[in-house]
Amino acid sequence: MFWTYVAILLVLIITAHLLGRTKAVHVAGEDPSKLHSRPGYHGAYLAILTAGPAFITIILWLLVWPGIMEQLVLSRMGDIAEVLSKPELQAFIRDAKAIAFGGIVGFTDAAKEEAARHFASIQQTSQYVESLVLAIMVGVGAYWGYKSIHPALRARHFVERSVMGLLMVCSAVAILTTIGIVLSLIFESLMFFRKVPVLDFVFGMHWSPQSAFEGAGAEAASTDAHIFGAIPLLVGTLLITAIAIFVAAPIGLLSAIYLSDYASAKVRATAKPVLEILAGIPTVVYGFFAALVVAPFIRGWGESLGLSVSSESALAAGLVMGIMIIPFVSSLSDDVINSVPQALRDGSAGLGATKSETIMKVVLPSALPGIVSALILAISRAIGETMIVVMAAGLAANMTINPLEAVTTVTVQIVTLLVGDQEFDSAKTLAAFALGLLLFCITLALNIFALRVVKKYREQYD
Amino acid sequence: MTMDVLEEKTGIKGAHMATAQAAINMQENKPVKMQGKDVCVHYGNKQALFDVNLDIRQNEVTALIGPSGCGKSTFLRCLNRMNDTIDICHVDGDILLDSEDIYDPKIDVVELRARVGMVFQKPNPFPKSIFENVAYGPRIHGLAKNKAELEEIVATSLQRAGLFNEVKDRLDEPGTGLSGGQQQRLCIARAIAVSPEVILMDEPCSALDPIATAKVEELIDELREKYTIVIVTHSMQQAARVSQRTAFFHMGILVEEGFTNDIFTNPEDQRTQDYITGRFG
Repeated sequence: MFWTYVAILLVLIITAHLLGRTKAVHVAGEDPSKLHSRPGYHGAYLAILTAGPAFITIILWLLVWPGIMEQLVLSRMGDIAEVLSKPELQAFIRDAKAIAFGGIVGFTDAAKEEAARHFASIQQTSQYVESLVLAIMVGVGAYWGYKSIHPALRARHFVERSVMGLLMVCSAVAILTTIGIVLSLIFESLMFFRKVPVLDFVFGMHWSPQSAFEGAGAEAASTDAHIFGAIPLLVGTLLITAIAIFVAAPIGLLSAIYLSDYASAKVRATAKPVLEILAGIPTVVYGFFAALVVAPFIRGWGESLGLSVSSESALAAGLVMGIMIIPFVSSLSDDVINSVPQALRDGSAGLGATKSETIMKVVLPSALPGIVSALILAISRAIGETMIVVMAAGLAANMTINPLEAVTTVTVQIVTLLVGDQEFDSAKTLAAFALGLLLFCITLALNIFALRVVKKYREQYD
Repeated sequence: MTMDVLEEKTGIKGAHMATAQAAINMQENKPVKMQGKDVCVHYGNKQALFDVNLDIRQNEVTALIGPSGCGKSTFLRCLNRMNDTIDICHVDGDILLDSEDIYDPKIDVVELRARVGMVFQKPNPFPKSIFENVAYGPRIHGLAKNKAELEEIVATSLQRAGLFNEVKDRLDEPGTGLSGGQQQRLCIARAIAVSPEVILMDEPCSALDPIATAKVEELIDELREKYTIVIVTHSMQQAARVSQRTAFFHMGILVEEGFTNDIFTNPEDQRTQDYITGRFG
C-alpha cells in the first residue's frame, strides 16, 4: 500500500511540475521575464504543494497508526489488557496481527482469533480513510497552488524555504536519534544503579558478573554489588588503547608527513589509497591475525627472553589495533598537512629553513588542530573496538598494567553480557547498559578535552 | 637622454634635474652583487625564460617589470633557488652571487637563502607570535647565543622594518592579527633578521592599500643603504619611485635594462615604450 501511494505521488509530482511551469509561462503571456520567479520554480512550487502534505501524512501515519490501531483493538477486546501482563500482552498482539495479516503465529485461541478479526476490519476501514485523506490533501493542495500561480508569486522563496525545511528535518533526525540512544542508555543504566550502587560500579576493583547468581537463583535482590566493579575493564581498555595509539600515532603521523611533503605525486597517488585499504579490512580479520599470528609470536619472543607471556595478551591486541587505526591518523593528518598554505612553506624556505625545520616549526603547529582531531577519532575507534580484543586479549578481567598479560575491555564485556539468552531486567544484562554509558562518558570527555587543547594551542593561519 | 626629453617627460626642471642626473652618475660605479648569465628556465616542456643576462648591483634597488607571465617572478625566484621546490622547474645558465655560481652542487641552499632573503606577494606571517616570527630565522641559523641576543636581533629587525614602535607592547600577540601592511613589514623584518645580503621582493605591495604601500616603499628606500634589493612590481609608478635600475621583461625575454630614469623617459625598445605608456600589459 505504502509503495502504491509513493508511486502515485511521484506521478503527481511530475505532472504538477509540468502544469505549474506551463501555467506560469501562460500567465506571463509567454514572456518568462515578467515572472518574479523562473517557470521551473513555479513548477516546483506546485509540485511541493501537491505532494508535500500527502508525503508528510504518509510518514506520520506509518509512525503513529500501528499504536492507535492496537489501542482500538484492545478497547474492543474488553478487559484483556488488565488480565495479561505486559510481555504476555505483547505476545498476544503479535500473534493476533500475525493471524490477521499473515506471519508466524505462536499459538492461537479464541481471543486471539477475535482480536485478529478486529485488526482486519480496522485495517480495512483505515485504508479507505487514509486514501480519502490523502486524496483530499492532494486535491486541495493542487487546486490552491494552481490558482495562486501569477507573475508576482514568490515561488522561488517558497521552494528555497521548503528545501531548507527538508534539510532541517534530516539533521533533526540524526540529532534526535543520538539523543534517543543516549536517553535509553541513561534510563537502562538507572535501573542498573538501583540494584548496584553507582560508586560500587565506577570504583569497584572486582569484575565477575558471571558469578552474580551462583547458588542464589536469579533473584535480583540477591545481586552481589561487589562483583560489578568497572575499574579492571577501564584499565584494560586504557592499556590496549594506549598501546594502539603508541603504535598508530608515530607511524600514522610520520607517514602522513612523508606523503604530503616528501613523496612524489606518483608515490602519493598509489601509497595513499593503499594505506586507506587498511581501514577497509574487516576487524574480524585483524582479530584472527592478532590471535593466530601476532599473539603466538609475542609469546615466543617473550619466552626466549625469559618473560612469562600469556597466550592472549594486551600487547598483541594493542599492536594489531594500532595497525588498524593507522589509516585514520595518516589519511586525515595528510589532508590537514596538505591544507597548510604553500605560502607558509615558501616563507620558511625563503628564510633558509630546511624541509624538516619547516615541517617541525611551521607546518605541524599550523596543522595541529586537524592532527589532534585525527588522533581523537583514532582513539575513539580503538576504545570502541571489540573484535580484536575478544580474539587476542581474552576475557579475563585482570587488574594489571602489564601488557604481557590477558586483559579485557569494556566493549568485550558488553558483548559477553549480552550474548546468549538473557533476561532484560537482570543486573547482569543491565550492567551492559551501564558499561555503555561509561564508555560514552569517557569518549565524550576525551572529545571535550581535545577540543580545549586544540582551542588553546591552535595557530591560525587565515 | 637629452635634458629636454627628461624635462618634458618627468616635469622635473632646472636644479632638480641636475641633482637627478648627479644621483644617476653616482650610482654608476656600484659593484655587481648578483649576475645572471644566459639564464633559461623550463617548466616541463614550456620555456619561461630565454637567455637572460642581468646584473644586480650592490646597494641598489633593481625593479623587474613587465606584463603578467613575462618571467620576472621566475627570474626572481631563481636568485635564491626558490624554484627548487617546484618539481618540473629546470634552470640552465649561471647565476652568480659574489662571483660564485649558486647552482653549483657544492652550494648549500640553506646558506644561500640566508644570504638572499625573500619577501612574498601576499604577507605570509607564520601563525606564531610577532616575536617568534622574527626570531624564526635567527633560531634556525643559530645566530643568537642567548635570549638577550635574540631579543636584540628581533628589536633591531623590527626597528629597521619600521614596525617596532607599533608592536613593541604586543610582541607576544599573533603576527596574523596585524593589518595587511604591518604583516608585510613583519615579513620584511623576518627577512632582515637573518642579516641577508640581498632581499628579493615579489610584488610586496600588491595586497596592500596605498598608505601601507607608501610605508613599505619608504622602507625599501631606507633598506637600500644596507642591502641589495630586487623587487618585482606591476606598478610602473612604484618601480619609478623606489628603484635605481629597471629591467623590462616580455614573453620570457629580458628586453631592456638600465637606469630607471632612462627606461622610463627614454626607452630604446618599442616594446618597453608601449608597456610603460600603458599600451599593453
